[in-house]
Amino acid sequence: MSYFSEIYDGIKTLLTGMSVTGKYFLNSRKGAITQQYPDNRDTLQMFDRFRGEVVMPHDENNEHSCTGCQKCELACPNGSIEIIWDRVVDEETGKKKKIIDQHIYHLGMCTQCGLCVDACPSDAIKWAQNFENSVYDRTQLTRVLNKPGSKVRAGVEE
Amino acid sequence: MKILSINEWLLSFMPAGAASITEMVLIALIYLTVFAVLGLYLVLLERKVAAWFQLRLGPNRVGYKGMFQTLADALKLVSKELTGTVKADKFLYNLAPYFVIITALMALSVFPFTENLQAFDINIGLFFLIAISSIGVIGILLGGWGSNNKFALIGAMRSGVQTISYELSVGLSLLTMVILTGSLQLSEIIEVQKNGWLIVQGHIPAMIAFMIYMISGTAETNRAPFDMVEAESELGAGYHTEYSGMKFAYFFLAEFINMFIIAAIATTVFFGGWLSPFGITESIPFMGIFWFLAKTFVLVFLMMWFRWTFPRLRVDQLLTLEWKYLLPINLVNLVLMAVIVWLNITIQF
Repeated sequence: MSYFSEIYDGIKTLLTGMSVTGKYFLNSRKGAITQQYPDNRDTLQMFDRFRGEVVMPHDENNEHSCTGCQKCELACPNGSIEIIWDRVVDEETGKKKKIIDQHIYHLGMCTQCGLCVDACPSDAIKWAQNFENSVYDRTQLTRVLNKPGSKVRAGVEE
Repeated sequence: MKILSINEWLLSFMPAGAASITEMVLIALIYLTVFAVLGLYLVLLERKVAAWFQLRLGPNRVGYKGMFQTLADALKLVSKELTGTVKADKFLYNLAPYFVIITALMALSVFPFTENLQAFDINIGLFFLIAISSIGVIGILLGGWGSNNKFALIGAMRSGVQTISYELSVGLSLLTMVILTGSLQLSEIIEVQKNGWLIVQGHIPAMIAFMIYMISGTAETNRAPFDMVEAESELGAGYHTEYSGMKFAYFFLAEFINMFIIAAIATTVFFGGWLSPFGITESIPFMGIFWFLAKTFVLVFLMMWFRWTFPRLRVDQLLTLEWKYLLPINLVNLVLMAVIVWLNITIQF
């Protein structure tokens, strides 16, 4: 009797498959994933998990959360991140403290693997969603992530 | 009769022989035009439907919403060089596309598109259709053999296996319906359905026959999930690997016309051809064309739905499906239909 149950199962599974694709077909108008890119350049928003380039967010006081621990530099497999750091004396405690001078990011070498973002203990760096990254000169691909005059946000180091 | 009146008009100023030849040429030209336009727009429809199934947009650049995309493709194909392999059997190689396209065109000629709009109403209509559709496979075999290419040959041989097997199921499922109609003539099959479409009249066995017909019809046209013949990932493009330009386009168009033909046979035999549902537009002339095309395109859509849902079968699975499942069910179904007609328990309005 497995002959007939096989026929029944066969038809049932085929219809299940067809109902799945049928739902896709009916929802294709609103759910099309194709982006008509150059046409919708002004409105196109990349999705949240898209890895465009590494950026360091700064708040309104021009403060970032990078403590200069260099974990991202160590995590990077191909040396895209270089941190030039310095020691200063903390005014409040009088202890010596490590700060970043320049957080240098080479977009031209970056493979968008995301290990630096994962490694960062203070969430100082994250992915941006921009995708038009081509430039005419490769020196423009070397970026300093911390803005001039910025400093680490108080309380990040604790 | 529309065609008859053209005949009288031609007879009024030329001798009978010349008139009939002119008439034939006119009808052939009309069918060729219909053939070309239909083929091109079925390709466009396929691409659009495929895109919608995969949540894409499909061709939308050439003309309004991509209306002229396939026209542009055809122009490109016309302008391309016709290449061939060195040791190809030139005669058979060049002959093959015409076999495929002429059989498709011949099959198209017997359909009653509406009352009195039928080029060739022969009394063995269904038999003619089945016979013609199996000649098409000779073109595929010749193409595969003549190309001097191992992939083309494997594809063609697979096509032979497939068509010989599934021809049986197509024939038997249509024969099941012929028991109900008592005629092979397509216009008479439509006539019988004025008391209810055959899928309603024949209820259970008719539905089984329809399912078997659609499965084996899809296999007949070498479309996915039965596209072992082309099997892009295994054989390149199968039997038409070595064809280019317009010869390739002939194969391609014929494939889509065959899909239309399979759907049109199903429309004629199961869904009342040009008859409107419950006779709602019976008084309007030439509404039959609309109903015929509407039903056919629904079935064409069904075949496209199959294509973009199911994965490709292996050759042994294909033959198991035909010889162990479809054929025995079909034979039992034939007997069931005979009993139903004998006991007169059909549903008639």
